[in-house]
Formats: sequence, C-alpha cells, structure tokens
Amino acid sequence: MLDVSKPVRLKVEGLNAYYGESHVLHGMNIEVGRGELVTLLGHNGAGKTSTLRAIMGLIRRNGSIRFDGDELARMPANRIARRGIGYVPEERGIFASLDTTENLLLPPVVKDGGMSIAEIHTLFPNLKERARSPGTKLSGGEQQMLAMARILRTGADFLLLDEVTEGLAPVIIEQIGVVIRLLKERGFTILLVEQNFPFAATVADRHYVVESGRVVDMVPNTALSNPDEVSRLHSYLGI
Amino acid sequence: MEILGISSQALFGQVLIGFINGAFYAMLSLGLAVIFGLLNIVNFAHGAQYMLGAFVTWMLLNYLGINYWLALVLAPVCVGLFGAMLERTMLQRIYKLDHIYGLLLTFGVALLLEGGFRQQFGVSGMPYAIPRELQGGQNLGFMFLPNYRAWVIVASVVVCASTWFLIEKTRLGSYLRAATENPKLVQAFGVNVPMMITLTYAFGAGLSALAGVMAAPIYQVSPVMGSNIIIVVFAVVVIGGMGSISGAIVSGFALGLIEGLTKVFYPEASSTVIFVVMAIVLLVKPAGLFGRTA
Ligand SMILES: Nc1ncnc2c1ncn2[C@@H]1O[C@H](COP(=O)(O)OP(=O)(O)O)[C@@H](O)[C@H]1O
Ligand SMILES: [Mg+2]
Repeated sequence: MLDVSKPVRLKVEGLNAYYGESHVLHGMNIEVGRGELVTLLGHNGAGKTSTLRAIMGLIRRNGSIRFDGDELARMPANRIARRGIGYVPEERGIFASLDTTENLLLPPVVKDGGMSIAEIHTLFPNLKERARSPGTKLSGGEQQMLAMARILRTGADFLLLDEVTEGLAPVIIEQIGVVIRLLKERGFTILLVEQNFPFAATVADRHYVVESGRVVDMVPNTALSNPDEVSRLHSYLGI
Repeated sequence: MEILGISSQALFGQVLIGFINGAFYAMLSLGLAVIFGLLNIVNFAHGAQYMLGAFVTWMLLNYLGINYWLALVLAPVCVGLFGAMLERTMLQRIYKLDHIYGLLLTFGVALLLEGGFRQQFGVSGMPYAIPRELQGGQNLGFMFLPNYRAWVIVASVVVCASTWFLIEKTRLGSYLRAATENPKLVQAFGVNVPMMITLTYAFGAGLSALAGVMAAPIYQVSPVMGSNIIIVVFAVVVIGGMGSISGAIVSGFALGLIEGLTKVFYPEASSTVIFVVMAIVLLVKPAGLFGRTA
C-alpha cells in the first residue's frame, strides 16, 4: 500500500521498548516514504510517544530502525539527531533558563538547507516579538511554535512531531496546519503523533493505528472518502 | 582613626582578609555549583581537588623548578585531567542511582587523596613563596595592601566574571544551562551530552585547582587545606542556592566579608557566623538566596 514512487526513509521493524522493567512497545512496524506525512493515531497510553522516543534513542529499545539505510537502534540520541532527524517532544521541552532566542538557537545545525531566522520569523511572527522573553513565559501556542521553529533551523528534514496541536486554540491549530502543509511542499518527511483525528486527516498521507504497543492497522488518507474505512478508523479511536 | 572603638587599621585588615577568603569561597563554590547543576552530584572531592592544585604547584616548583606563573596553567590542567578520568571511570557509572551515591563516592575519593598526601607529607603544611613579581605592597594611607593579595582578589573576580559570562551569555553556556534542565532532550538535538558532562566536571575540578594555586602562597600547602575550607564552601553554595552561578559568586564574596567583619566586632562568632547565616537562609528561603524553587 506504500506509494512505490517514494523510497522508504524510515523502516521500523519489530521494535520493542522499555521503561525500566516495563515493556511498552511490542514489535512495532512502521514505514515512512520520502516526503510522506504519516500519523500515529491511538488512545492515550497506546505507545505513540514511546515510539518516537524509541526512534530518537531516548528509551531502551531493540529491534530494527533503518533510516536512510543506517541502523539507528544501537546509536545514542546525539548521533541519531545528526542524521537529520528533528524531534518535537510531547511536553514541548522549552528551556526555562533560556530566553526565546536562545531556545531557538539551541539545537545545533545538523544539515545544510535549514531555515534562516528571518524565514522562521515570517512563519512564526510571535517568536520575533517575544525574542527576549524567558521560554516558559510564552503561551502554550507560542511554546509549541518555538518547539517546531528551533528544529526547522537545524536543517533536519525528517521530523518527529508529538501532538503539536494538543491543548491549543483552533486559530493556532490552523496556523500550525499551514506550517505543516508548507513543510510537506518543501519535501520534509514527517511522522506525526495526533489525538486530533480531524486535524490529522487534513495533513496526512497515511495513518497507523497503535494499540497496546503494536500497530494494528494502516489506513491511507485517500481511503477516508469511503464511509466504511472511516467507521473502521472511528471504531479504533472510539470516536 | 577609630570606628566603634576599633582601629581602622584592624578593621580594613580584616575586611581585606574577608575579601581574600571570599575570593576562594567564590571560586570554589562556583565550580561546585556548575557541577551540581549538570551532574546532580554534590562533589565532596572539590576540597581535595583544591588541595591537589596547591600540591601540584608546590611539587612543580620543588621537584621541577617550574614557577608560579606556569603552575597557574599546568596545575588546573593536571587536576582537570584527573577530574575527567574520575568522571569517566567512576562517576559515570552512578548517575542512574540516588544522589547520595555520588556524594559518597566523591567523599571516598577525597579521603583517599587526603590520606595519601598526609602519609607522604604529614599535616604540618609547607610554605610556598610569593612570586617575586608580586612581593611587597602598597601603602594606601588607611592600610597596607600586599601586592599578592590584591592580585588574588583581582584574578578571582576576573575568573568568576568570565565563568559567569561563559555560562550565562554564550552559546556553549546555553548548552550547559539547557542540559542542566533536560539532558536527554539536549542530546536528542545532537549534542554529545556525556562528553559535555565530562568536560564540565573537568572544568569544575580545574577551577578548584586554580584556586589551590592562588592559595599556595597565602595559606600553608597542606593535605588538610581542602577539608578545612570545603565545609564553609558547601554552606556558601547552600546560601547562594544550589546550582546558581551568580548566587555562588556573590555569596562567596559576601560571606568572606561577613566573616571578616565578625572577626572585628565579635571574634567569638567568626567561625560560626556563616553557618548561622545558612540556617537563617534555609529557614526563610529554602532554595537559597538566588535559587529557583523547583
Ligand atoms: N516515563 C514513563 N515511565 C514509565 N512508563 C511510561 C512512561 N511514559 C509512558 N509510559 C507508559 O508507556 C505506555 C505508552 O505510553 P505513551 O507512549 O506515552 O502513550 P501515548 O503517547 O500513545 O499516549 C503507557 O502504558 C504509559 O503508562
Ligand atoms: Mg503521547
């Protein structure tokens, strides 16, 4: 079902992950093609965030994570980032002891072709106005924009975005949608965790359904014109 | 001239001693604060590393004929390397455990170092001459200011201010501050955080050794010089706020001064005044004067 014209950038096979002794991912399988936007949908606690953390090397994991031909499963997080993967964590991770500009400039450049500060300020005008505010004095929406903006500066062209619309006002969600579509046009490859299915359906190519640490189904976004597919997806998500 | 029945000579003399002690408190608590911030370890070896700095200085001169000015560079580098090795081979293994293990381990290292030097050199302490360029002093009219003491104060202010600038105002410093808050995320941005931790520990150790070099001509070079000063320095860090850079610097100088003034006005309390201040600060502001409440 994967579009064959798009070479696979990320291929996750049999991925297990653990918090201490607790085993939370049980053989995840995911593929993301170049330029694709793929979502992970599923209930709270299904394992979506843990999947991104495991890919990023932030929790103990085993299995295979092939990225652009390299095996990431035994690399430390800093080397994974250097491959060109940008991570926006669920909790946003804005640093309190850094102001907005310092937060923006923090992640080192990992590849050529990152956005300039001027470009970032055009995309996210609020960040320019709040340049000297401490990171944690920003509103939730501004923190989310900052968390995305700082990754776009680094040249990373594969993004792991975790619930970027969570708890935000509809106008802000709309603004983030605009940015995500723009990134897609520019050729970014994106793995997006979402609880907000209506939002996900406006930006995604395919959806993986995650339950209890496993992928239980995959639905192409185009299939959503078929009412049967929609109700199948809704039954997973309990909508 | 007399102030409150105390001769101005005595008063300014004690203020100067207070400033000198404060300079050492500030340099030592600064390194402790940086290490505690990033490694979450109360570095009990800090006093021993200061003593090591002074001993390396003494040995460079007496065994190799290498002078004070070169020791100012070589001793911090040696002790910094020692710190890097300690971090790589031992501290790195215990970050996952409770903080108390870091404290115990570094305390053990401090005892080993102190014991080793005591075995070799005894406890009486050895003199180290003031470098020729800094002998003598200035008569300021109201007091006599030895050149070496003026140098220590100026040098420590410069060291503290540069460290503050490095941490609070530069890009490297923003890595350090960010990693202090959330090391995993900083590593997920592509920064080699384990390496940064090693270098930070080495830097803190080097800083304490630098204080040790400067201390050699003032205090006796002795195996117990570290354990004598380190308890006061811990109090300074607690007063300034664990992990606060500016807090460590400001309270280091301020408490040296308070100690000096207490010696003039109420000498009986001079050795306890810092702990009294610590108790009051902990009661009123448990996170320390400059600390952030988590
Ligand atoms: N830091 C953690 N420590 C221990 N268990 C965790 C931690 N974070 C998540 N979990 C557990 O892992 C499972 C998957 O959680 P998570 O990946 O956060 O789900 P999702 O993002 O889909 O809501 C849940 O059972 C959750 O309780
Ligand atoms: Mg989650």
